Amino acid sequence: MRRFADILDRLVLTPARNGKLRLLADYFRSVPDPDRGYALAALTGGLDFPAVKPAMLRALVTERMDEVLFAYSYDYVGDLAETISLVWPAPDDASAEAPALGEVVNTLSRVSRSDAPAVIADLLDRLDPSARFALIKLATGGLRIGVSARLAKQALAAMGGKDVGEIEELWHGLEAPYEALFAWLEGRAGKPQSAAQGQFRPVMLAHPVGEGDLEKLDPADYAAEWKWDGIRVQAVCEGGVRRLYSRTGDEISGAFPDLMETLSGQLALDGELLVGDPRLRTGSFSDLQQRLNRKTVSKKMLADYPVFMRCYDLLQRGEQDMRPRPFAERRALLEDLLPTLDPQRFDLSPLVDFGDWAELEHKRSNPPHPIIEGVMLKRCDAAYLPGRPKGPWFKWKRDPFTVDAVLMYAQRGHGKRSSYYSDYTFGVWAGPEDDLQLVPVGKAYFGFTDEELKLIDKYVRDNTVERFGPVRSVRAEPGHGLVLEVAFEGLNRSTRHKSGIAMRFPRIARLRWDKPAAEADHIEALTALLDA
Amino acid sequence: MRENNTPDKRVFRGRKKSLSSRVMRPQDLLHPCPEGLYCPLGDFFIDPVRPVDRALITHGHADHARAGHRTVLATRETLDIMRLRYGADFAESRQVAAYGEGLDIGDVRVSFHPAGHVLGSAQIAVEANGLRIVASGDYKRHLDATCTPFEPVRCDVFITEATFGLPVFVHPAPEVEAERLAASLRQFPERAHIVGAYSLGKAQRVISLMRSIGHDEPILIHGALARISRYYQGQGIKLGRLEPATVEEETATRGAGQIIVAPPSVLGDRWTRRFADPLSAFASGWMRIRQRARQRGVELPLILSDHADWNELTATIRETGAGEVWVTHGREEALVRWCELHGIAARPLNLVGYEDEAD
Repeated sequence: MRRFADILDRLVLTPARNGKLRLLADYFRSVPDPDRGYALAALTGGLDFPAVKPAMLRALVTERMDEVLFAYSYDYVGDLAETISLVWPAPDDASAEAPALGEVVNTLSRVSRSDAPAVIADLLDRLDPSARFALIKLATGGLRIGVSARLAKQALAAMGGKDVGEIEELWHGLEAPYEALFAWLEGRAGKPQSAAQGQFRPVMLAHPVGEGDLEKLDPADYAAEWKWDGIRVQAVCEGGVRRLYSRTGDEISGAFPDLMETLSGQLALDGELLVGDPRLRTGSFSDLQQRLNRKTVSKKMLADYPVFMRCYDLLQRGEQDMRPRPFAERRALLEDLLPTLDPQRFDLSPLVDFGDWAELEHKRSNPPHPIIEGVMLKRCDAAYLPGRPKGPWFKWKRDPFTVDAVLMYAQRGHGKRSSYYSDYTFGVWAGPEDDLQLVPVGKAYFGFTDEELKLIDKYVRDNTVERFGPVRSVRAEPGHGLVLEVAFEGLNRSTRHKSGIAMRFPRIARLRWDKPAAEADHIEALTALLDA
Repeated sequence: MRENNTPDKRVFRGRKKSLSSRVMRPQDLLHPCPEGLYCPLGDFFIDPVRPVDRALITHGHADHARAGHRTVLATRETLDIMRLRYGADFAESRQVAAYGEGLDIGDVRVSFHPAGHVLGSAQIAVEANGLRIVASGDYKRHLDATCTPFEPVRCDVFITEATFGLPVFVHPAPEVEAERLAASLRQFPERAHIVGAYSLGKAQRVISLMRSIGHDEPILIHGALARISRYYQGQGIKLGRLEPATVEEETATRGAGQIIVAPPSVLGDRWTRRFADPLSAFASGWMRIRQRARQRGVELPLILSDHADWNELTATIRETGAGEVWVTHGREEALVRWCELHGIAARPLNLVGYEDEAD
């Protein structure tokens, strides 16, 4: 439990992704089975202990200490789990051995609701404050330490010198404490074989079209499709098991019963999740957002925002793994298959005809539907390969939108950037010409070079109007201000922001030192985009 | 019961007898004034925040030891530290108080006793008419090789600090925290480990602790703590090889895998940019609370305090045998509550001008 508590403490305060990966990989390397496997399960959200509830913990602690002192403590700390972990009175006989993580997990998974208070109290008695905190977070669910399941899998890949795709493919057939997985990663055993049905197949990803890439390619070797602005999903149906996965292999079936219940047979499809009815209309990304990141879904939600899958690849059909076959063959089989699926829930992403790159460029710039964000290029003879192989697939996105905005607030960055003001809130003008006010429209923290960061940091320090903790308000008025050219992928309506809009993927495209602040854009330039 | 700490028992007893007819209330002996804690019988202040005629100083931290008093009575180390910080003319006259030695000031007998807070830190016992009050200043009970350990002094009224006066503050063993810093150096050898620590006391304690667990490499120090560290070394405290953190020729790998000790204010500020991928650590009792570490962008919190934690505060109150406790700078209400629960009269003493946040 000690090591598990340590790594939670470190991870939550380590901002850099590489730092987290190193902490995780070192942990998995140095902690024995089965503890490391249970830690992996905890990090990937694979543990659930319904018998332990926060109210019970609170009652346990106030049986043991003065309620007033507990209330002062809780007021000060603010977090219940942390408060309990710190104030829990250590027993006089502190000789009891601290339980290992494996023992804790086994105990928690078997405990009944009525026994839970005594069992938890016994565990808390045997742990130090940091481990008590880890225990409470583990038992009540939600570690919230800024580590995704994907990152944990990447740490495993780094530890074993494997590709993360291999781990994702195996993942859904494995169970805590993952001893066979670790044996394989350490070279002590072969790759775990799993007979589990409905597993995730690591997805194939595309490279962006770079400068000069197309000139080297023959248009005749490639097929083009529209690039849809939804989310990439994989639908698998095998032996009665139906699963929907995100592109990183997280299972999201529970939130999309409308899509999954119509699937039958034995197949695996790759495509885009969108809202609407494919025969009538396709909704926007903000419509789709209504359905994302939910564990369950209401009837009303199902009726108002029905989802469908726009398919573009076929990975499995019957007993046959289609992935080694060329794209052209998979595509033909997909076209044959689709008429057998529910037309309200599944349709085919059409191919885009083109003779040469100029023609495709023209189509890319004039898409037939607002939810198209560019085109995809797929080599006709390429197999379906996990990861991001260079060459067979390209994404050629529509040019981003840009707006000239004025820097309003700057916030200190994290980790490497903690000494820099590196997160910028910017605004555009609103109101009548003789009374212009800046209204914030977004926040961006990348897109600039290290050299540019130093210059903006200096500008912020030299033009600070007010300070609020890590945030500085920067001088921004028509006669004085720094204009930032902000690139973004689109706009959503938002009730959360004063301006009523939310930018997607905003980043700093250029610093316009030359441009007077008064000549930055007006809010109407953005609202016009919303209405388009 | 008081004899152990009273050097001249005969005098003390005699006086007690002769004045026993008059009952003295504690607030007649010491009471708070805008300048600080005042003793009318001896006409002196303890740790005054404004210039006064006669000041008794518990320790050298800036909020307790200020320049500009006419006379100052303090331990030799505290006087030295004040001289280092304020120059030789920080007071018109200075008098050394040795630990455990009684001194008469007017009708009052005062004595200084180790507080274990920083080098030279003292509790000040004030007695008259058979009543003894101990003003503890700042103190701790955890082991610290850089100063004399705290000695409990029996008294009628104990004035305690309450910087960490909440049950949530139980400091871990210092060696455990030192080992965590050493482990991080091994795990991230390409990163400069910047340890924020107050220049007087904490910085030297961090260095001494690292030496005690076998860290022998040179430690880089910020200019702000060079003089005090040299003074500590002059007093026989072993800090090993210290080097200035800033040099003329900067390199991209400066400080990689090394410990750099600096005042907390530089953490995450421009000063750190000169070092290789700086990792900020902060040695403070406040690091017990995760949100505190997060707010400051601290990656490696080291829970290391020069103030007593909750268990030390409550154990010390018991050991002094005091029937009454006055609680100052910090979270007074929780400690007052604890005293009430244990049948000890207690009240907050509202002194202004002390930083209850500094550790």
